[in-house]
Amino acid sequence: MGKTITEKILAKHSGQENLSPGDLINAEIDVIMCHDVTTTPALDMLKAKGVNKVCDPDKIVVIPDHFIPNKDIKSAEMVAKIRRWVKEQGISKFYDLGKHGVCHAILPEQGHVIPGQIIICGDSHTSTHGALGAFSTGIGSTDLAAALATGKLWFKVPHSMLFTITGSLQKGVYSKDVILDIIRMIGVDGALYKAMEFNGDFIKQLSVEARMTICNMAIEAGGKSGIINPDQKTIDYVKSKTDQDFELIYSDHDAEYEKKYEINVSDLEPIIAFPNLPSNGKKISEIKENIYLDQAYLGSCTNGRLEDLQIAAEILKDNKVNPDTRMIVVPATTEIWKQANKEGLIDIFMDAGATVSTPTCGACLGGHMGILAGGEKCISSTNRNFVGRMGSPKSEVYLASPATVASSAIEGKIADPRKYL
Amino acid sequence: MIGNAHTYDKNHINTDEIIPARYLNMDQEKDLAKHAMEDIDEKFIHKVQEGDFVIAGKDFGCGSSREHAVWALRGAGIKAVIAVNFARIFYRNCMNNGFPAIECDDISKKVQSGDKLEIDIKAGKINNLTKNEQYNFKPLPEFALKMIEVGGLMNYITIE
Repeated sequence: MGKTITEKILAKHSGQENLSPGDLINAEIDVIMCHDVTTTPALDMLKAKGVNKVCDPDKIVVIPDHFIPNKDIKSAEMVAKIRRWVKEQGISKFYDLGKHGVCHAILPEQGHVIPGQIIICGDSHTSTHGALGAFSTGIGSTDLAAALATGKLWFKVPHSMLFTITGSLQKGVYSKDVILDIIRMIGVDGALYKAMEFNGDFIKQLSVEARMTICNMAIEAGGKSGIINPDQKTIDYVKSKTDQDFELIYSDHDAEYEKKYEINVSDLEPIIAFPNLPSNGKKISEIKENIYLDQAYLGSCTNGRLEDLQIAAEILKDNKVNPDTRMIVVPATTEIWKQANKEGLIDIFMDAGATVSTPTCGACLGGHMGILAGGEKCISSTNRNFVGRMGSPKSEVYLASPATVASSAIEGKIADPRKYL
Repeated sequence: MIGNAHTYDKNHINTDEIIPARYLNMDQEKDLAKHAMEDIDEKFIHKVQEGDFVIAGKDFGCGSSREHAVWALRGAGIKAVIAVNFARIFYRNCMNNGFPAIECDDISKKVQSGDKLEIDIKAGKINNLTKNEQYNFKPLPEFALKMIEVGGLMNYITIE
C-alpha cells in the first residue's frame, strides 16, 4: 500500500522507512518560526531549564507580528526580549519593523519554505505552508521551547483526508469561498487531528497564493495540517525565492486516506461565514436580510497577500466606501505593501475612502488597529469569527473573500461582488 | 483528585473564549487566570476554586495555538478538563504541561455544575459523588501519563 505525502515527509524526518497513522515519532524540524505572542513564554522556559544555546540559529526565523508595531508597554517588553534573544543567539533571519509583516505571509515570500520540509510555529495558521508541499503545523509554546532546544519534536502521524477539487470558479468566486464551503460542509472539527490533502484540476489552476488561503484555513476544520502536492507552479514559486535545493515528495497513487471527498466548484457562489464559527457559511444568494456593516477588514495570513489586494482594488476602483462603514486594508508584508504602492493599489484604496495600515496581525485577533465596539458588525477577509475575536464579545465578524469584503464596503452591507466584475 | 465541576454543555469552546487575545500581552498564570473563560462566562473566575474541573462538549480548545489557554485555566485553580474530545493543539499543549485533558463520552450531559467529582487518572474512572454515578474514560496514553508524572515536556526532554 502506498503512502501519503504527509507520511513520507514525517518518515524521512524521523529516520523511518515506513510510517502509518497513529505512530508516535520524534522528527527533525527544518524551520522553526517564532512570533511575538507564543515565543516569549518559550524563552522563559528555556531559561528556566538552563538552555543557553538554541539548537541551530539557521533553522530559526523570527517574525514578531501579532502586536506589531508595539501596541502597549507589555507587548513592547515582549518584543524587546525577543530582540535581545535574537542578538544573543546570532539568529540572522529576523524580520523586525521595516521588514515586518504577518509571519505566514513572510515565510514563503522570503524563501524560507521549500517542499518536503517540516515547519513548525507557535501559531495555528502554520498550516498555510502546506501549500508548497511541506508538512507544516501549529504548536504551543512548550513545543516551541523543546524544538528550539533540541531541533526535534514529537508528533503522532495523522490520518489523511483527501479533497479532490475539480471545476472552474465563476467570476467573483475565489479560493476563500472554496475553503469556507468545505468548512461549512465538514464542520469546525470535521478534520480533527487529520492532514487535509487537496488535489484535483481546480487546485492545479490556482496560484500559489490562492492555495495558501486554502491550507491556511485547514485549522478551522480542526486539521493538523493542510497540504498540496508540489507541481510546476510550486517549483517556479520556490525557485524565484531561494537557491536552496529541494527534493520533491508526492503522495503515492495508492496511498490510503481515511476519507475522500470529491468537490466540484463550478457552481459555487461567494460564501460568507456568519458569527460565531467559520463553519456557519451561507451562500450569498441565501442571505435575504440586509446586514449593515460598521467595518470592512482586508488583510491577515489568510487573505492579505498581493493577489488579494489586487482583487479588492479592482472592485474599489472608481467607487467609494460607504460613509457608514470604515474600511481597513492591511497588506500582509512590507514587500506586499511596497508592491501594492507601485501598482497604484494603495491610491485606489485611499481614494475610495479606506485606510491602509502597516503590516500586522492587528485587528484580526482583536489585538489593535481596528478593534470593534459592542454591537458592531465587521466583514473580514480573515479566518475566525469566534465570540470577541476582533474586539468586544458583543461584536460580530462575518468571514468572506477579499472581493466580498470590497463590494460590501462599498454598499455598507453584505453585498455580492459579482456585480462589480 | 477531588473537586467541583463547572459544566459548559457546549461544543467548540475556543481558545478566544478561554483566554481572549486582548490578554496575550501577558503570559503569567496568575495574570491570565483573572480573565479565564471571560468571554463565555464572566462569573467563572469568581466561582472557581482550587482543585475544580471544567466539563465541556466536543472540540474543546479549538482555534489558536495559544498555550495561554491552558495556563489561564491552571492559574484559576482548574486541575483537569474533561470534554467529549479536544482540539489538537490544545490537547498537545495540555500534555506538554502535564495537565490532564480527559476525553469522556457525553460528559457534559451527565455532569452538572456544582457536582463533586473524584477522578482516578490511571484507572480511567470518574466518580460523581453528588449523583453517586461512575463514568469510565479512555485511559490517557502512556506518553500523556509520563508527561503528567514528570511535569511536562520540558522536564521530559531533559530527563530523556
